[in-house]
Amino acid sequence: MLQYTDVHAHYGAIHALRGVTLDVQEGEIVTLIGANGAGKSTLMNTLFGKPRASAGSISFLGQDISRHHTHDIARSGLALVPEGRHIFARMSVLENLQMGSIFSDPAHFDADLQRIYGMFPILQQRLEQRAGTLSGGEQQMLAIGRALMSRPKVLLLDEPSLGLAPLYIKQVFNIIRELNERDGMTIMLVEQNAHHALRIAHRGYVLQHGEIVLSGTGKELLASPEVRAAYLESSAHA
Amino acid sequence: MTTFQARTHTVTLTERLKDATNVALIAILLGIPMIGLHTVDAGGKLMVATRWPWLLAFVATMFFGRLALQFAIDQFKLKRLTRQRTRTLEVATPRPWLKWLGYGLLGFSLVLPIAFSDNRYVVDTATTVLIYVMLGWGLNVVVGLAGLLDLGYVAFYAVGAYSYALLSTQFGWNFWETLPVAGALAALFGILLGWPTLRLRGDYLAIVTLGFGEIIRVILINWTEFSGGPNGIGSIERPSFFGLPFKPDSDDGATFASFFGLEYASEHRVIFLYYLILVLALLTNLFIARLRKLPVGLAWEAVREDEVACKALGMNVTNVKLSAFAIGAMLGGFAGVFFAARQGFISPESFVFSESATILAIVVLGGMGSQFGVVIAASLLVILPELGRDFSEYRMLLFGAAMILIMVWKPGGLISRREPSKVLAGVEK
Ligand SMILES: Nc1ncnc2c1ncn2[C@@H]1O[C@H](COP(=O)(O)OP(=O)(O)OP(=O)(O)O)[C@@H](O)[C@H]1O
Ligand SMILES: [Mg+2]
Repeated sequence: MLQYTDVHAHYGAIHALRGVTLDVQEGEIVTLIGANGAGKSTLMNTLFGKPRASAGSISFLGQDISRHHTHDIARSGLALVPEGRHIFARMSVLENLQMGSIFSDPAHFDADLQRIYGMFPILQQRLEQRAGTLSGGEQQMLAIGRALMSRPKVLLLDEPSLGLAPLYIKQVFNIIRELNERDGMTIMLVEQNAHHALRIAHRGYVLQHGEIVLSGTGKELLASPEVRAAYLESSAHA
Repeated sequence: MTTFQARTHTVTLTERLKDATNVALIAILLGIPMIGLHTVDAGGKLMVATRWPWLLAFVATMFFGRLALQFAIDQFKLKRLTRQRTRTLEVATPRPWLKWLGYGLLGFSLVLPIAFSDNRYVVDTATTVLIYVMLGWGLNVVVGLAGLLDLGYVAFYAVGAYSYALLSTQFGWNFWETLPVAGALAALFGILLGWPTLRLRGDYLAIVTLGFGEIIRVILINWTEFSGGPNGIGSIERPSFFGLPFKPDSDDGATFASFFGLEYASEHRVIFLYYLILVLALLTNLFIARLRKLPVGLAWEAVREDEVACKALGMNVTNVKLSAFAIGAMLGGFAGVFFAARQGFISPESFVFSESATILAIVVLGGMGSQFGVVIAASLLVILPELGRDFSEYRMLLFGAAMILIMVWKPGGLISRREPSKVLAGVEK
């Protein structure tokens, strides 16, 4: 469904991605783990052309999108929940959700909204609250809900558990798993929280200094000594 | 150091006393030469005399004054803290009183010229207020909703005014014919300016727009053949009442007064102009209220809030900003047409930077994004200096003090809470 082939990306002189090849199949949860600065966010952002891939190709549904405009890519069925949530703080929860559906058919707005309420009951209770006054966990749910309002074919989540308390982290991962199992949503998940991420993922990739150094099923990676040593020891409590 | 302490634990009385003692010590140091000692004229010679009781009074005042001040500041901080706490619970429900106040104000503005029909000054001032309200609403789209700092808004006002002045004096166009053309022209200028510059962020955009405003003014001053230069353009045709001019009776054709069988009075035009700008302003308000409910209006605010998210949602951020810029410019252009028609004479002097600053102050003071706040702020900013005329040179000082007081009292502007654009009907509740 989504295919990166030998993708390079630069920020000026910084070579942030050094030939990444990976793919995401329909109905999968694919997770990408790696240390700070490994290039995970860059990998997701190149999909939207920010920054553009300096070499290699990215295709979505068999079409090379690496030269398309950011807004065209985002309207073609890829929804990104960016790192750090980026909700519209001074707008109401409902307005945030509306913004998510701005390019989809207004006919199914109400039905989509009901679906989001079912998934995140807290949002329904807070419809008219200013989004910036939601708790961190609620904001994350709003960010995911907003992305889902655009009826994406692939949902891309950049560190959804960032800055959340353990209880919320569990909740967020449960939601991701449920989305995938119940609705068949294809999900690409970037995470620091390797333990949780690998447990719910079908497959995973490990990124280091802009290169994929390891890949396999979630189970394999969880069991792999390299992954255990580098990414799991500190989060073993979870 | 002390501020750090003040935040971590409640300040004890001893600390406060110590603090006040320090202030008192400084007061003694300063007070000895300034108050404690003074010179007296003793038969042609200057003698130094002492005034210890005065010094004592001064130091005591400083000591207790400091204590009182600190106490007041503590109370203020406490209040602010509790206010911040409650703010997190804030729910953006629409406020019915605001709506009623709006209707009340509308009613008042409708009867104002009738109530003050014998007072030309009041109607004139109200007309000026309405021009600024309209300009404020226009700039509010750009600054308040889309979050783009435009310091050269007056340029679009000038484009509108000069469009009407030139089209009417050179080609004999009337007010209503010019209005859409001038609006479109101003919007075009907005797009021309915005296209290359809207990629710039905050401060840079502000500087570029500031420069643009000045460029337009300098061109108007120097391109004498086109704009009349510093002398401006005079004897611009005044708007007529559906073809009936406001003139004393004469043989050539019907006038407003003769048609309605009234005695000619110069007030007729003043009142007509008032209603004209009232209608224009109300249309502007409806237009913006309508836009705010449409996706484009929501998109403006979303872009103001977070560009990254907007891009991730598939919005073309540059186009969204451009639309806000163009619509703001168009509204400024409309106001400009009215201004030229009302004055009958325009010159570059009416389009200086301080006009841009005033309009921006109206938007900021009103509470960015609030339509109603703009009305209050425009009224204040026009009426306060008028009231201050008795104070002549202190007028601007008073005006500045009033502005500062308002910003201290209401840091988010007069109406800082925004109304949600849409409350779902039927889906919830
Ligand atoms: N806009 C930018 N300009 C310059 N360098 C950048 C930019 N964004 C990222 N980088 C650099 O690219 C590298 C990869 O960054 P990236 O944000 O992709 O890391 P990450 O894996 O997402 O890290 P984290 O887990 O901390 O979010 C880093 O060295 C970073 O400093
Ligand atoms: Mg990152």
